[in-house]
Amino acid sequence: MSHLKNLTLKVWRQSGPADAGRFETHEVAEISDEASFLELLDVLNEQLISENKEAVVFDHDCREGICGTCSLMINGVAHGPQRATTTCQLHMRSFKSNDTIVVEPWRAAAFPIIKDLMVDRSPFDRIIESGGYITAVTGGAPDGNLIAVPKPVSDAAMDSAQCIGCGACVAACPNGAASLFTGAKIAHLNRLPQGQPERYQRTEAMVEKMDEYFGSCTNHGECSAACPKEISVDVIALMNKDYRASKFKSRKEISRD
Amino acid sequence: MVTSPTVNSEALRRAPATGTALQARKKRPFLLDLYSTSVGKKYAMAISGIAMMGFVLFHMIGNLKMFLGAEALDHYAEFLQVLLYPILPKNVMLWILRGGLISMLLLHLHAAWSLTQLNRHARPVKYQSARDYQVAKFASRTMRWTGIIVLAYLVWHLLDFTFGTVNAVGTDGTFVRGEVYNNVVRSLDRPVVAAFYVIANILLGIHLFHGAWSIFQSLGWNNPRFNNWRRGFATGFATIIVVGNVSFPIAVIAGIVK
Repeated sequence: MSHLKNLTLKVWRQSGPADAGRFETHEVAEISDEASFLELLDVLNEQLISENKEAVVFDHDCREGICGTCSLMINGVAHGPQRATTTCQLHMRSFKSNDTIVVEPWRAAAFPIIKDLMVDRSPFDRIIESGGYITAVTGGAPDGNLIAVPKPVSDAAMDSAQCIGCGACVAACPNGAASLFTGAKIAHLNRLPQGQPERYQRTEAMVEKMDEYFGSCTNHGECSAACPKEISVDVIALMNKDYRASKFKSRKEISRD
Repeated sequence: MVTSPTVNSEALRRAPATGTALQARKKRPFLLDLYSTSVGKKYAMAISGIAMMGFVLFHMIGNLKMFLGAEALDHYAEFLQVLLYPILPKNVMLWILRGGLISMLLLHLHAAWSLTQLNRHARPVKYQSARDYQVAKFASRTMRWTGIIVLAYLVWHLLDFTFGTVNAVGTDGTFVRGEVYNNVVRSLDRPVVAAFYVIANILLGIHLFHGAWSIFQSLGWNNPRFNNWRRGFATGFATIIVVGNVSFPIAVIAGIVK
């Protein structure tokens, strides 16, 4: 274990949604290279509190890369320099002594800044809600493997289901589009037999809800590069295909797919 | 969590969840309905893009006739006027194709413009620190610029070889309708014009390099069996167009076509 020394942090401070906000520069004299990036902010906050200053507000919850709460644009990259990693799982060994680290919140019209580095990502919830329910047999727990799903299909569905809804795709997208998120949520159910009855209604509703908040996809691929779960842009193609089908397909003909 | 009454956030002012995807369907013609959304506009971009790619390819192939001499190229130009003749009167098929291309261009422009507006509104406050793009290519990030420059080039190109207004400027000849070969040589013999054609076609190639790949995603043509070929197709198509089109001004300047 070694330590990093003399880190300069340029952190975005904004007292509320209406405030213009500005970068504030702080020094952190020493930190272990085993500390996570959020622990760096913890150290900074303890420093600020001891100086009687207001702590930096940032989102965090599980700190093990699965909840999707942490965010942060670090040196211009969503979730920082390490691929397939959330900010909480990014460790200080990815940086060097004397580095200047710039930390900014996600920026999108749909993600207004609440305070400092914390943004409101609830438009994602609106997209999920608009997708509605799937019809499933209720009652006692069903037997395992009652519905046969080919292994590659369930793998593909699980790959999409990995999405933790952190919003890095929107943050990284030059257009502020949420196609990767919506695509992942759509692909997650549309690939499985359980998702078929409402497949096209769901796709249509979710895409149109997405349009109310977010930009459009121009196939840069930044979303997938920023995604901590490495969700592929293939899900966007599936979303586009199913959205077209939702407009063209007659309800009666759906089974002929 | 820090909340204040001034927080104008979704979380605080939202209506209850509907919990259902079953909504009253809008009764609009389905094509309009599709086009009203961002995904539908991407379909419009892709389909109009394919139509214009088809044009650009056949335009380039047709122009290769200039290497066979004046007669071959002029004859080819006449052939375009009598497409499907005598089933249709002269020029009718040509105008049908032109009408299709013009509407495809307008559709491409309208979709691009409205998607750009949507995207601008999606991020009204830019990142205040420098972005470090991971995979976005120069081509994909300059689509709007390459597109606008190619559009300006298209206007010049029509003024040059269709209307002839700028064809003979600065030369001692005059534009003669129908003498395609001579018009080409007269125009491209001007080094500045030739350089403009070369640059514009390279930009067209950059536009196609991203566009021809993007089509597959926008149309939902995604299949592990051919996904690896999509990049190759776009690169190959862009290369063929650029090499073909750039060869014309270079051939004129080099005196191969004279």
